Amino acid sequence: MLRTKALRHTLFILLPVIAVAGLLPLAYSNQLLLFNFVVFLTLAQGVNILYGFTGYLPFGYVGFFGVGAYGFSLAVMHLHLPPLAALGAAALAAVLLGLVLTPLLRLSGAYFAIANLAASQAMFQVVSNPNLTDITKGPYGISLAGVFAPNLSYGVAVAILALTLGTVIYLRNSRFGLALLAVREDSVTAAMAGIDVVRTRTLAWQLSALVAGLIGGVFAWYVSVFYPETVFSPEFSIFAIVFALFGGVATITGPILGVVVLYGIYNAIGISTPQYFQLIYGALIMGLVLFLPNGVVSLFRRWGIDVP
Amino acid sequence: MLAYAILAGLIFGLYFSLVGLGLNLVFGVMRIVNLAHGDVLMLGAFAAFWLFKLFGLHPVLSIFAVFAVFVAVGWPLYYLVVPRLLRAKDPEMLSIIFFFGLSQVIVALASIAFGSSERSIPGRVLGSGPYQILGQSFPAAWVVTGGVSALAVAFVYLYLYRTRLGYVTRAVMVHREEALATGIDVHRVSAIAFGIGLALSGIAGVFAPFMLGSVTPAMGVDINITSFAVIVVGSLGNPLGTVLGGIAYGISLMFMQTYFSSWANLLPYLLLITILLVRPSGLLGRKVRSA
Repeated sequence: MLRTKALRHTLFILLPVIAVAGLLPLAYSNQLLLFNFVVFLTLAQGVNILYGFTGYLPFGYVGFFGVGAYGFSLAVMHLHLPPLAALGAAALAAVLLGLVLTPLLRLSGAYFAIANLAASQAMFQVVSNPNLTDITKGPYGISLAGVFAPNLSYGVAVAILALTLGTVIYLRNSRFGLALLAVREDSVTAAMAGIDVVRTRTLAWQLSALVAGLIGGVFAWYVSVFYPETVFSPEFSIFAIVFALFGGVATITGPILGVVVLYGIYNAIGISTPQYFQLIYGALIMGLVLFLPNGVVSLFRRWGIDVP
Repeated sequence: MLAYAILAGLIFGLYFSLVGLGLNLVFGVMRIVNLAHGDVLMLGAFAAFWLFKLFGLHPVLSIFAVFAVFVAVGWPLYYLVVPRLLRAKDPEMLSIIFFFGLSQVIVALASIAFGSSERSIPGRVLGSGPYQILGQSFPAAWVVTGGVSALAVAFVYLYLYRTRLGYVTRAVMVHREEALATGIDVHRVSAIAFGIGLALSGIAGVFAPFMLGSVTPAMGVDINITSFAVIVVGSLGNPLGTVLGGIAYGISLMFMQTYFSSWANLLPYLLLITILLVRPSGLLGRKVRSA
């Protein structure tokens, strides 16, 4: 049962999304815009893995993204690794940061969110510190013009998106995902049912960190010139969280819906007048919390339509 | 050098106590995390700026106007939002997301109304010439701010520990349901505390141009982190612990700036994470947090 469902989700959600993301650049010339869509689709699903399946809200999710970007860049600059190998360094950097921050999972609710936010800001302060200019170029930014390859890096980003979607489909349709949901709802009962609470949580945490680190590395590769403020901008965390919440977390389609609708609106009006977009999405968040705390997808559920 | 760092730390510590006080009062009474705290402070700063610029109103006088207006706005805002949040399954988490949305709305409206340029009030408005304290000289603006902050903290002490209203407010802090069962009008008490909490943030904002640098619509985010560091050090939900947290924060900030200036920006984050992990109940905390 679970396996046939997973197959259906792969066929009808993962494949179409990847096909559209992979083929659209042939028909539409603004590749940077499409790339940003892929980045946010991945980040929103990364937030979904953590917040949807464990209930920990990562307000500093961008920390993993930024560390991934810097892991990639440092591997290219100092170790002269080829870009695909440097992505390994990006993943490693994010997972290491995840390991260092694992004790944060002892905190719950708002305390975790605040500590996570502080941790991402601390990473930004370290990376952009002028004292480390020899290693990270400090506040002066990074230039990787030597490995610039927009088409290849776009393809790799789509591959990472596929991997992420596959992970979420797995979580939706596996014992492991069910165990995570059980821990989210009531960790004591879940522990009594034989679930290793700490292990499942830590795994979800690291999966979510890995996803953000990889896409951060590809982001560094794709744009190839950036400042620490760019890759540690709190907007990445905020957007990813809002997109995921808007659609509905702990689902596969919710975050996709959120990114397509909200990031679509953002690109239509947000770039010319960012304040108005900020106003709209601020109001949207307040409305969501008060009237629709489980996202748009829950609306369909209420009407009796099952949405994966 | 050492004496200067300690004294300046004390002055800034008093100010940081005021910055964290409103946030902690709201958290203590209704377990709501006001993530828009920094933006309320920003509004207070803009109020002081415009009152000074348009009417030449002295900042120390404008705190009365700010206090009245912010209480008047906060009181009804409580009834509009908080009871609804408290009925939900996980009020703390929902409140953090809700107030994040509110913070975005405030920032957006402020940047539409005021633009994103940096505003400031000249420091000499609060008094001319440096003050001498124990052989060290400090800008007059710092000393006045420290004094007003101490007065505001004293006011909150009197409100909580010397009035009937404060007595019931503390009852609500200790146990909301039991307070309700004893016949206390919990919502009225909380609404007043919410209004006073916002007003305290607004008053802290009035002095932001002198203590935190220039005023912009986006200044709230950093203030939020600093305030969280201050109140977590002091212990969440204990408004007077905030004073201890503020002074600890102020002195360590001054030490960092004096001896390791290039890493001083890291301080609030590291302090916050360390305290949360090592002693989540804060320095004065008696019981472990229930969250």
